[in-house]
Amino acid sequence: MSDGTAHKQSFITKYIFSTDHKMIGIQFLWFGTFWLLWGGLQAMLIRWQLAYSGQPVPIIGKLLFGASDGIITPDIYNQIFTMHGTIMIFWAVTPLLSGAFANFVIPLQIGARDMAFPVLNMFSFWTFFLSGVILLASHFLPAGPAAAGWTSYPPLSTPVGGIAGHGQALWALSLTLMGIAVIMGAINYVTTVIRMRAPGMGYFQMPLTVWGIWLAAILNAVFVPIIAAGLIFLLLENVFGTQFFIAGSKATVEGGDPLLYQHVFWIFGHPEVYILILPIWGIVSDLLSVFSRKPAFGYRVTATCMCIITCLSAIVWGHHMYTTGMSPLLGKAFMFLTLLISIPSSVFFLNWLGTLWKGSLQLRAPMLFALSVVFVFGIGGLTGLYLATVTSDIYLHDSMFVVGHFHYTLAASVLMGSYAALYFWFPKMFGKMLNPLLGKIHFWGTFIPLNIVFYNMMVTGYAGQHRRLYDPYIYEFLQNLKPLNTQISWWAWLLGAAQVVLVVNLIWSLMKGKKAERNPWNAATIEWTVDYPIPHGNFAQMPTVYTGPHEYSNPAIQGRDWISQTEKLTAAS
Amino acid sequence: MSQSLSVRKDVWGDATTGKLGMWLFILIDGLSFGTLLIGGAALRAGAASWPEPGTVLNIPLTAFNTFLLICTSFTMVMALNSVQRDDQKGLVKFLLLTMLGGMIFLGIQVYEYTHFIMGSEHLGEQLAKAGMSGTKFLTTSSVYAGAFYVTTCYHGLHVFSGVIYIFCILMAAMRGRYSSQDYDKVEILGLYWHFVDLIWILVFTVIYLI
Repeated sequence: MSDGTAHKQSFITKYIFSTDHKMIGIQFLWFGTFWLLWGGLQAMLIRWQLAYSGQPVPIIGKLLFGASDGIITPDIYNQIFTMHGTIMIFWAVTPLLSGAFANFVIPLQIGARDMAFPVLNMFSFWTFFLSGVILLASHFLPAGPAAAGWTSYPPLSTPVGGIAGHGQALWALSLTLMGIAVIMGAINYVTTVIRMRAPGMGYFQMPLTVWGIWLAAILNAVFVPIIAAGLIFLLLENVFGTQFFIAGSKATVEGGDPLLYQHVFWIFGHPEVYILILPIWGIVSDLLSVFSRKPAFGYRVTATCMCIITCLSAIVWGHHMYTTGMSPLLGKAFMFLTLLISIPSSVFFLNWLGTLWKGSLQLRAPMLFALSVVFVFGIGGLTGLYLATVTSDIYLHDSMFVVGHFHYTLAASVLMGSYAALYFWFPKMFGKMLNPLLGKIHFWGTFIPLNIVFYNMMVTGYAGQHRRLYDPYIYEFLQNLKPLNTQISWWAWLLGAAQVVLVVNLIWSLMKGKKAERNPWNAATIEWTVDYPIPHGNFAQMPTVYTGPHEYSNPAIQGRDWISQTEKLTAAS
Repeated sequence: MSQSLSVRKDVWGDATTGKLGMWLFILIDGLSFGTLLIGGAALRAGAASWPEPGTVLNIPLTAFNTFLLICTSFTMVMALNSVQRDDQKGLVKFLLLTMLGGMIFLGIQVYEYTHFIMGSEHLGEQLAKAGMSGTKFLTTSSVYAGAFYVTTCYHGLHVFSGVIYIFCILMAAMRGRYSSQDYDKVEILGLYWHFVDLIWILVFTVIYLI
């Protein structure tokens, strides 16, 4: 199997219980896309409620909420925003980045035949799949799925808190299973990168994509077990009636503590946002270099900064908890540490600009998305400063400002980055090019509404709108926000509609797309040296690495402006 | 295995890929146990009262269990030692002993749980001393009970998985799969088993003794 030659496989071993990292990557891709659309639909419903509070949802309303004549009731609203957050973070973005692209790209970019533990890799996907089935099933419970917000703070998330049904238990169970799947993946990625690099591929010859995914995998390995333990506490709370997190009369003697959950949750929760964004930083750094035809500016510094941020991300969780009654002294310490992160972040942000500076920019579809990440991440990062600072956070906490901020960093940056990666690696995954014109329509259809939506969310938050209000307009001071909220909703629906272009593009390109050349982007990394379809085992001959990952426009190269990592620079000149 | 083509021998000493993976798993699993133990400690720190050690939990019985588990660590080392000397009989014998030790450990834990869940007059008296009501010691009895069950049960699941893991390796060992040239899988199993033992010592100390 590992001798690099193709061999006979049945349909089941090739497409379903495959141990090939490329097929597992593609399985994760469709799995993540399904949940992305599901979570996206829920976002559209949230916006309906905020624009046309209490009116029946047109067309699909009767189908989804038959019992209430298509009206989103307060209970259903809670369930929708809870599930929207949970699904987007854990079942859409995580499988896309730490599943699809990590699996597909790591072995190809470091020159390995497969992952270190191919069977574990298969189990990772199917455990993830099972967790998804459980989460999906929880939608059909009589009392509906979990409804305590994606953070599921107790006591709301416990039976004592009053949310009826078993949705919360299934939420904790499916999330624990998802954690196990992610841990399996993380063990695989970390080991693979340490042990399986091709000869000549030192850590500082790795593409930044691999750096980003690797660091994210390390964070997964360290912090997912912590939330898994926290979720076990929560599961026992819901199933076996323990009272770890209840600060009631019983607890005055025995010390149940709701804050304990929040600490455990955010010790994981803050690294989680870096788990999501680190792969994107890596992918964008590489893509900017490819499409500027320049080496990535300050490659080693970028990689080092990503490492520093990985370390810092572990000790800043308290900035989510300024208003919880935590010691103000601790709040100050967390504020200082959080603001420290802006230093390495700014450094590699400037490195991105350095890569673009005087480059020969090629505005092809992946580059458009990569450039938009530079823009939206800039805004997302800067608005984070207001939330990192205790004084301004106390006003902005739990407002729509927070929602706008993390949608800029997570929804906008991560989604646009994932799209960049999809357009970039699609030819290697499926042997077809995605249609560039539809790609550009998809880009502008996403980029413009997305900015209007998330920017104005911050405006409404600054004006005082709380993030989880069912009907904000029962408060007099929020009534004049109704026109703005309605406009946001219309733009959000446009944003949702633009994703149809992507779906059409995917289907059309898979059926009738232009056949991709071996290296359509003239990129230097190793995955572009093999032809589609890549056989099980990837390389007929194991590659040897001679140059860095970004050898573009080197004056020593003759005839073209790039050489592959497997070519000797002297041989080409 | 022909996989060696793509494996770098120059980093991490002689540790094989599988061993590196197991060490990573141990780090991960250690963190989950750490969260359970520190979480329990945090709850205890915030509590006005906490039962004295030995009032509810049976320390002598569990001390015997701890001793047993430490003994299985010894037999596991002997199993590895046997395979390194190409002593196939010794390998099978010591793996079997280790598995047996793990099963007895689980049996005693089940006995302990049953005793708590069925309840008795005597247990009721002990519970009253520790400030709990009823004659049964259940997850709902108190935060203390919850912390006891979540930690010991989580560890018990690890022993249970370990017993199955040993059984799988034992099956392969009986077919003569391992030799002094190729005993990596036995060594990795040893890493896991020693880790489960080490964690038990921490659990025993935190939950039972202090």
